[in-house]
Amino acid sequence: MTQMHTASLAELSAALNAKKFSAVELAQFYLSRTEKLDGDLNAFISTDMDKTLAMARAADERIARGEAGALTGIPVAYKDLFCVDGWRATCGSRMLENFVAPYDAHVVELLNAAGMVTLGKLNMDEFAMGSSNENSYFGAVKNPWDLSRVPGGSSGGTAAVVAARLAPVALGTDTGGSIRQPAAFCGLTGLKPTYGRVSRYGVVAYASSLDQASPMAKSAEDCALLLTAMTGFDARDSTSLQRAAEDFSASLNQPLKGLRIGLPREYFADGMDADVRLAIESALAELRALGATTVEVNLPNAALSLPAYYVIAPAEASSNLSRFDGVRYGYRAPEYKDLNDMYAKTRAQGFGEEVKRRILMGTYVLSHGYYDAFYLKAQKIRRLIANDFRAAFEHCDVIVSPTTPTVAFPLGDKTDDPVQMYLADIYTISSNLAGLPAMSIPCGLGQHNMPVGLQIIGPWFAESTMLNVAHQYQQTSDWHTRLPEMAR
Amino acid sequence: MSSTKWEVVIGLETHAQLRTQSKIFSDSSIAFGAAPNVQASAVDIALPGVLPVLNREAVVCAIKFGLAVGGTVAPRSIFARKNYFYPDLPKAYQISQFELPVVVGGSLEISVGAGDTPSQKTIHLTRAHLEEDAGKSLHEDFHGKTGIDLNRAGTPLLEIVTEPDMRSTTEAVAYAKALHALVVWIGICDGNMSEGSFRCDANVSVRPFGQAEFGTRREIKNLNSFRFMQQAIDYEIAWQIAEIEEGRKITQATVLFNPDIGETRAMRSKEDAHDYRYFPDPDLLPLDISREWVDEIHAQMPELPQAMKARFCTQYELSAYDASVLTASREMANYFAATLRSLLSKGIGIIKSAEYPSAEIYAAKLCANWVMGELSAHLSRDEIELADSPLSPLMLAGIVSRIADETISNKIAKEIFEALWQGEGVDADTIIDARGLRQISDVGAIEALVDEVLAANQKSVEEFRAGKEKAFNALVGQAMKATKGKANPQQVTDLLRKKLGG
Repeated sequence: MTQMHTASLAELSAALNAKKFSAVELAQFYLSRTEKLDGDLNAFISTDMDKTLAMARAADERIARGEAGALTGIPVAYKDLFCVDGWRATCGSRMLENFVAPYDAHVVELLNAAGMVTLGKLNMDEFAMGSSNENSYFGAVKNPWDLSRVPGGSSGGTAAVVAARLAPVALGTDTGGSIRQPAAFCGLTGLKPTYGRVSRYGVVAYASSLDQASPMAKSAEDCALLLTAMTGFDARDSTSLQRAAEDFSASLNQPLKGLRIGLPREYFADGMDADVRLAIESALAELRALGATTVEVNLPNAALSLPAYYVIAPAEASSNLSRFDGVRYGYRAPEYKDLNDMYAKTRAQGFGEEVKRRILMGTYVLSHGYYDAFYLKAQKIRRLIANDFRAAFEHCDVIVSPTTPTVAFPLGDKTDDPVQMYLADIYTISSNLAGLPAMSIPCGLGQHNMPVGLQIIGPWFAESTMLNVAHQYQQTSDWHTRLPEMAR
Repeated sequence: MSSTKWEVVIGLETHAQLRTQSKIFSDSSIAFGAAPNVQASAVDIALPGVLPVLNREAVVCAIKFGLAVGGTVAPRSIFARKNYFYPDLPKAYQISQFELPVVVGGSLEISVGAGDTPSQKTIHLTRAHLEEDAGKSLHEDFHGKTGIDLNRAGTPLLEIVTEPDMRSTTEAVAYAKALHALVVWIGICDGNMSEGSFRCDANVSVRPFGQAEFGTRREIKNLNSFRFMQQAIDYEIAWQIAEIEEGRKITQATVLFNPDIGETRAMRSKEDAHDYRYFPDPDLLPLDISREWVDEIHAQMPELPQAMKARFCTQYELSAYDASVLTASREMANYFAATLRSLLSKGIGIIKSAEYPSAEIYAAKLCANWVMGELSAHLSRDEIELADSPLSPLMLAGIVSRIADETISNKIAKEIFEALWQGEGVDADTIIDARGLRQISDVGAIEALVDEVLAANQKSVEEFRAGKEKAFNALVGQAMKATKGKANPQQVTDLLRKKLGG
């Protein structure tokens, strides 16, 4: 009998098509698990049983008609910045606490068309700003491996539900590491696609030039299946890439013999915890045993990634979030003297601390007299960082590093020190700046029995290669099958 | 407005609303006059998650403009966000172009002064860039609150900026009129000023003649008629001169013109000026325009007014004044050209005067006279647009061709024009036949008539013989009257002279 909560997407699909259980039963299974376990995790912001079961019934009818695809009847949950018609899209903010999206994001349209069943909307750092999911108006999300620790952020709810098996897969976004860092902290496989692969239409923007919708899954195989369904050109997003459809599941089983793995000198220098280093080293040994070779590469401008990111992302965010002004929708302060007072009070009350901090930073770096010194310079650094990667990929097929310098830290550990918090994304940010695809897979357990993530960065459009590496590694390791105690 | 001591310096920024089917970054309609907010889509009201997509047609308009003014169509231009909060600006930023606009440079020739020899001046353009319009804030009828109508939000605009090249209100208005005519001519703007499709901001300053530096400027916003522009700039110049002469300094400011009292009032000073925090819009890619695309549009461009005017002067030997009147609008030029084409196809019979070296030149002169004379007079008398004229070019050519072949006189032609204008008959010939207006050119008949007139007006004959030329005219008049204007006036004149031995 297929275990619903541990089965792969392919196994679930096979069981649905073999009528071992129905899509309604599968959805009910996850809803009841959520009912039972999410009180501790706080991962869901919205669930709606009627809507979910209606979709599941439609999927069952489709299966009965013999028209099912690979994802028909498979449940999915969305980070709460995806617009799903008729569902709230709070973005983890008081500002949008009661905002109900009147349309579907492009990626939601695609997954609906594939017959996936929406389980609900997931908690997140407010407007995707954060690395611990402690910046949510709806409260912090807990790590299923240890409820006293953070799940990572900003897609913390996304990671928590997949880790606790409250959903077989879920969607998040990655702007500076927001899918990979929580994947690492929660022992999951998460992949940020090449910028432009997935339409941003209907995904509430944090930093437009960096945001990518991303799949979170139990394995590379599941990740590939979901990614295949998520990608495709969308005329409503001017940065969407016009490329032929790609089946990311097609080349998972290529042998790794001859694969050249680049190890950035700068990432393996000081700064990572010993337990993380140990797990990474043993994963590298495993990859070598599979036939890969490793080569040292240089990313000389790596140290500039964090400062460049914290200029560009807040700059874009300060402008993107200006539309939340209390005029047309969302929160409006109950009392105000005049128009300016309405703006000021609405935004002061509607946004949380970290969002306000980044709006202030972004406003500052775009201001007259500072633009050249900050924003323009950061854009130049961004180009240098992309060039570094381009040069490095002359010598290797993929780059491997730790995803994070430490395992998941305790709740409250870094909330008073934003810079320490920002450093949690030190290894992930540069691939966003360069627009590169990058993923995290579990590769061991470190201190406190917490998962460690291995990051695989590929050249532009090399998702298939990366997924192949990840899948081959997962064929000879079982880290991705480990379950946190509460999920067993 | 002129002064012997103070030199006026004016630059204009014009917002021309582009004639596209839909908005610049969404697929909403831009038709004028819809109920509030029915033409505002998710993109226009800036719902979370929506993204802009550039309307190709708006870019075509910008390219046409660049070509028409001889500017450079930038191979790469960038859309930028201009950030500021206002309730009718849904995203709290306007997508515009800042550092790299779509059109750089170019110029416009203007004619200043009336008559046959107006002086010409070149006004240089700094740039023209694409941007979206904001919505409208409605402060009336909402009981102390403000209503927001976002139908206009996202309407495509081309902002056209001049160098500070104008030295008088007259020049500024002449430029605005020439620009208006041009954007309508090339079909990128409907030019409807009362609906806000064409509106100007004027940057005005004064300085003592001979001073190299510009004076401090004030910007008059949103001038949506040429008359208001004239009044506003005149008032502003007088105000600035008076301020300086009374020992006060001009401070940089944005001002509004109140047409009810004819004055400008400061809206905000430089100190309150926004820091717009422009930066490239990450939702839009750089706008790359290929040489091939520009060439393709170039090939489809109509003949421009300046070129057409010059051609009218050389090809048809029209006066500069006639040529500029006939090319004042594309409709007028098209009407004239169609009338001429139709007339030439009917064939011009006899060219009497040596004034006209060719049938074409004769025909052009006749058409010009009728389009600028009778037609224009009727249009303005009845306050109707050329497009709504009851007379088509074909109908007018029908009248003119009967003058050319001497079937009718000018006087009869005007009668026929009036009849056609009133909707009687379908063409000149039917009216000529129905009313029996055919000119009498039979020499015998006219001779008999002249004899009758001479016999009946002995007094005038004697006066003429005594040297009074006026008396001769009276005799011509009598002869014409006797034929109800149908006699050929030239023949009558010739015969009278002969008979009177004059």
